[in-house]
Amino acid sequence: MAVPLADQLQLYRNMALIRRFEEGVSEAYAEGFIGGFTHLYIGQEAVATGAISALNHDDYVIATYRDHAHALMRETSARALMAELYGRATGVCKGKGGSMHFHDPERYFMGGYAIVGGHLPLAVGLAMAVQMRNEDRVVMAFLGDGASNQGVFHESMNMAKLWELPVIFLVENNFYGIATDVRVSSSFNEIHRKAQGYGMPGHVVGGMDVVAVREACEEVVKYVRHGSGPVLIEARCYRYQGHSMTDPGRYRSQAEADLWKKRDPIPRLAKHLIQQGVDPARLEAIQSEVNEVVQDAMRFAESSPEPRPEALYEDLFVESYGA
Amino acid sequence: MPELRYFEAVNQALEEEFARDDRVFILGEDVGLAGGTFRVTEGLMAEFGSRRVRDTPIAEAAIVGIAIGAAMAGMRPIAELMTMNFAIVAMDQIVNHASKMRYMFGGKVTLPLVIRAPGGGGTQKAAQHSHCIESWFVNTPGIRVVIPATPYDAKGLLKTSIRSDDPILFIEHEMLYSTRGEVPEEEYLLPLGVAEVKRPGRDITIVAWSRMALEALKAAEMLAGEGIEAEVVDPRTLDPLDMDTILTSVARTRRVVIAEEGWRNVGMGAELAARIQEHLFYDLDAPVQRVAAADVPTPYARNLERLALPDADRIFEAVLKVTL
Repeated sequence: MAVPLADQLQLYRNMALIRRFEEGVSEAYAEGFIGGFTHLYIGQEAVATGAISALNHDDYVIATYRDHAHALMRETSARALMAELYGRATGVCKGKGGSMHFHDPERYFMGGYAIVGGHLPLAVGLAMAVQMRNEDRVVMAFLGDGASNQGVFHESMNMAKLWELPVIFLVENNFYGIATDVRVSSSFNEIHRKAQGYGMPGHVVGGMDVVAVREACEEVVKYVRHGSGPVLIEARCYRYQGHSMTDPGRYRSQAEADLWKKRDPIPRLAKHLIQQGVDPARLEAIQSEVNEVVQDAMRFAESSPEPRPEALYEDLFVESYGA
Repeated sequence: MPELRYFEAVNQALEEEFARDDRVFILGEDVGLAGGTFRVTEGLMAEFGSRRVRDTPIAEAAIVGIAIGAAMAGMRPIAELMTMNFAIVAMDQIVNHASKMRYMFGGKVTLPLVIRAPGGGGTQKAAQHSHCIESWFVNTPGIRVVIPATPYDAKGLLKTSIRSDDPILFIEHEMLYSTRGEVPEEEYLLPLGVAEVKRPGRDITIVAWSRMALEALKAAEMLAGEGIEAEVVDPRTLDPLDMDTILTSVARTRRVVIAEEGWRNVGMGAELAARIQEHLFYDLDAPVQRVAAADVPTPYARNLERLALPDADRIFEAVLKVTL
């Protein structure tokens, strides 16, 4: 099915927002406003943008530590996310989670998790709750190529299929588990084919093409929502930066990076939109708009207070016992 | 009051809470058709169906992780691990996920989750099947540790745990399942964080939980024959921990033995000893004594296992050391 022009413009705007947000993060990190591990999504924008656009607002999304894009696509405000990165009380997790642990259950964003593959059983559990309550909901779990070698990936795939749970495993295959090439870490580097081991459909999609991701996900979401069981999608993409802010990425060649950058999803969609008659000025206006959103978020974060010292002991348990 | 075996008391608590709240469900190995390795879930699948009493593959990490995910979605899951030994397989889910999520997500997530498992040795199951590792989890902020010694405590504390909105590790004991005790017919709940004086006495306090609470009661009986009145305090939950009851008792008796089945080195007993001396250093008449497992993997041979694990005799000797 064709993606309507208005939706394509929205996809363009969202990818531009993610890119600009991550550039802002990079600047703030360099200036010392952001600490710890920070993983950028630059280059992979088409995957989260296209995939999440195929969901209803109340479908569950759960993600890895590279989670900025997914929270933005669930429409958590850029202010709350940037403030979280700055470690401020106004952050989406009150400054306690940081880059790797965004979480916004009101928007069905069920969190970013920093143990590779560790969140996959949680995705299955969300789907089990959906099935037990006969809800019209699906779960979309993002994971990396590296997670497909973890034990809990296989446990989760097995149980999701065993009980025909409404979950989509969306593998963001950027070909490197930190510095290690997928070809030297997986006995089977056609990751979508791992689904076959569990009798589950597995698809592959070009993750540098947002319209292709959207179309593939629409089909799969329909199938899963219908109660036909879980599906795995492998989206092939490329992160332009290192694994995290502290990784210079020396294990990859410039030629390889250049090849992928030629397929950059944002100019690619821009070209496609202009071919469909969209005025380039409109795309420039979108770029200015998202730039202002990010600048505003950075100003908000910088001017926000740090958490109060008393917050140290808050939010550990629901019930306290005075001890 | 009717007498129940420990496993029957746990089963009753589950049955009552399943009937009360349809968000409650259990998943684990052999919990359904087989009724549980220790008969704890007997009859539940027939009454509540295979979705609420779900047999799983042997995949402990996913069992716990699925329960976490379902809890996050508003269900009230109980993950049964066949034994505490397999909690080690699920360690990432318990420690890195269940215990961390509410705090690291700024309090926005609620995890009404119970992880149940029996711990302990004493039946020649050797090194990989004899773990008593509650102190590992008390050392981890973000998860409650409930560890009842009697059928009465097990039923009342499990019902409270299932209704709690926090993640709880509920540790039973393989050797306690067949023990008997009075359990009222009418419904009751026991609060977390309230210790019980299981036997009053004036001469020395013995702090002990799970199977060691019963061994401490045996030791107290033996000590009575020697003219020593020992007070046995069972904290029942290690997190939250009722230090007030322990300190009140020790302030009165001025002597204390801490008995645990877990390893001595950096165990729960070490923590209790530290806290007792912080509060009562000038009130103590003798050094705090610890009775605990030998710091070796639990051996198979019957005589070696007996040497490795503490019992009533060992507690008796420890008391004599500081009272004579």
